Amino acid sequence: MAAVQETVDRVRRIDVDQYRYGFETVIESDKAPKGLSEDTVRFISAKKNEPAWMLEWRLEAYRRWLTMAEPKWARVNYPKIDYQDLYYYSAPKRKELASLDEVDPEILKTYEKLGIPLREVEILEGVVRKDGEGAPERRIAVDAVFDSVSVATTFQKELKQAGVIFMPISEAIREHPDLVKKYLGTVVPTSDNFFATLNSAVFSDGSFVYVPPGVRCPMELSTYFRINERNTGQFERTLIIADKGAYVSYLEGCTAPQRDENQLHAAVVELVTLDDAEIKYSTVQNWYPGNSEGKGGIYNFVTKRGDCRGNNSKISWTQVETGSAITWKYPSCILRGDNSRGEFYSIAISNGHQQVDSGTKMIHLGKNTTSRIISKGIAAGVSQNTYRGLVTAHRKATGARNFTACDSLLIGDKCGAHTVPYIEAKNSSALFEHEATTSKISEDVLFYCVQRGLSQEEAVGLVVNGFVKDVLQQLPMEFAVEAQKLISISLEGSVG
Amino acid sequence: MALLEVKDLQVRVDDREILHGLSLTVNKGEVHAIMGPNGSGKSTLSHVIAGKPGYEVTGGEILFNGEDLLEMSPDERSAKGVFLAFQYPVEIPGVATMTFLRTALNAQRKARGESEFSTPDFLKKVRAVAASLNIPQDMLRRGVNVGFSGGEKKRNEILQMALFEPSLCILDEMDSGLDIDALRIAADGVNALRSPDRAMVVITHYQRLLNYIVPDFVHVMSRGRVVKSGDKELALELEASGYTQFEDAA
Repeated sequence: MAAVQETVDRVRRIDVDQYRYGFETVIESDKAPKGLSEDTVRFISAKKNEPAWMLEWRLEAYRRWLTMAEPKWARVNYPKIDYQDLYYYSAPKRKELASLDEVDPEILKTYEKLGIPLREVEILEGVVRKDGEGAPERRIAVDAVFDSVSVATTFQKELKQAGVIFMPISEAIREHPDLVKKYLGTVVPTSDNFFATLNSAVFSDGSFVYVPPGVRCPMELSTYFRINERNTGQFERTLIIADKGAYVSYLEGCTAPQRDENQLHAAVVELVTLDDAEIKYSTVQNWYPGNSEGKGGIYNFVTKRGDCRGNNSKISWTQVETGSAITWKYPSCILRGDNSRGEFYSIAISNGHQQVDSGTKMIHLGKNTTSRIISKGIAAGVSQNTYRGLVTAHRKATGARNFTACDSLLIGDKCGAHTVPYIEAKNSSALFEHEATTSKISEDVLFYCVQRGLSQEEAVGLVVNGFVKDVLQQLPMEFAVEAQKLISISLEGSVG
Repeated sequence: MALLEVKDLQVRVDDREILHGLSLTVNKGEVHAIMGPNGSGKSTLSHVIAGKPGYEVTGGEILFNGEDLLEMSPDERSAKGVFLAFQYPVEIPGVATMTFLRTALNAQRKARGESEFSTPDFLKKVRAVAASLNIPQDMLRRGVNVGFSGGEKKRNEILQMALFEPSLCILDEMDSGLDIDALRIAADGVNALRSPDRAMVVITHYQRLLNYIVPDFVHVMSRGRVVKSGDKELALELEASGYTQFEDAA
């Protein structure tokens, strides 16, 4: 039987449920009543002890949301979501935490299973890396978000010394209201789009980062999101500000238990860089993708946007998207400052019945702004994988430059890859380049690899890792290794 | 026991029979040349031995050290010691040659229940073999066969042959696309690997290659069968008189 035929057959049989993070943690939780109303919004705001201005902000978003309709333009299909059949807030039952020791041990265990280092001590005591090939031990500060609340943020003290604020956004609203007020909703306004507006009304937690002028954040910052509770949406909100000349690298990872029903995840991420500042934002998204029949899985409707507000500033998005039943996500850059730069590096893998509609927007407003887009889409099974991107230069954005390369790789003949680029130049000095390729993983290449002793799956993993190498190189070392493994796992069962 | 025994092999591709009962016995230490015109089934034979998908074996058997080769997946065959040097080695962009060599070698070792090579041991081994084949270090850092010349691609095949130490090497049209200097380097590499524990099957159109890799046996294939076998003199005879005399025999 030809390899491609085997691939196809195997894909039909696969259990995408090799999902390794599909366990559930049994803990007591504190939930808002089911459904969405002004009362739900008030409930969440009260739970968070929010000031009145924040509640007003949420209610305004909620009222606007009532007037909006779900977007329909993406190449994704799903049954109508009943927004009244969801829980909008769920928190592990526990009081305010003074230290990690007070975190529910079940939750700590969950993060341990996921391989997320929440215990600072272990890292401080220098647990030696086994693989021996990585960079010398680098410490990463972690903020862990479990369902709707942040359960632990590590390395607070050391960050404080550097002047970096890294805390749950719910705390930042209370402790740094001026900063939050100044920036929240300025990149993704409450009226932006259906899902972002919903998020603005009901977001419960997420991370807040502020790096003061001239400070290079002394370690990688990381947030780990976990949806645990049944029928719960997760609506996290992240706001990162790099003040003049500051630099920060931020990583985000996500997992969820296996469930038959679909769960909604509608996050908003806002990044702001002032003059000469840089933010590097990396995501490894591995939400539960649903089973082999396409049942269950996360609906991942996310709005991520960065604003290069200052001159010579830079925002770089790197994403490895392997999970979710549906991904609807376009991390974008507004290149407002002169000479600012936006980058988007993406690996999007779809297998089984997954649907991905993802890409970026590079909006050139300032002079001599540059952007670079490298997108690698890999489709297997009966999945659909769409790159959708917008590159636009404003009338005044003289000297704007963009380079885009979109490559798609197909495994089997039941999947689809689509590229939908929108390119607009409103001034004659803009120079935009767009390259796109679509290829099938060739039987000759697979046979060559297996003749040399690799199994079919190892062969596909190797070829795919080669295909995405340019993007993997953009990830911080620790993430690159993890992402490489994740790519192979996501494609397990995609070949015979 | 013979290393490789092909008995009355019948093979179809898309309802067309390509091999009509081919038999061939290869013992350890021997070098066999298989010659024949285009379409005689030479490459089909090499592909079926290596387990390439797309061929249907309708009759006969292939034994390798007495084991049924046709029951094994291609990677199992590789781990057992079957190596096919490709006529057209493929390119694998983004995968460094060094990474590929290491992944493949360790996969074979793992399948045989042997321990994987450590990084320093592996590097030492590769560097030694590469030096003997005149393969520069920077070639090992490049993507597998990406941007390699014809000669470099063939040398990369021989490098793998030397590294994996297979007991059966099948060289499919190794001379195609090589100029005379490149051919000499490749042939020297192959000759260095001749050993009493290893057999080689050299598939070629032309006698030229056999001036460099001198075979113990020569087989002439025509229309899916071996029509004549002999020693190296047979190749010279063919060079003089061509393949047409065998067309009728088939």
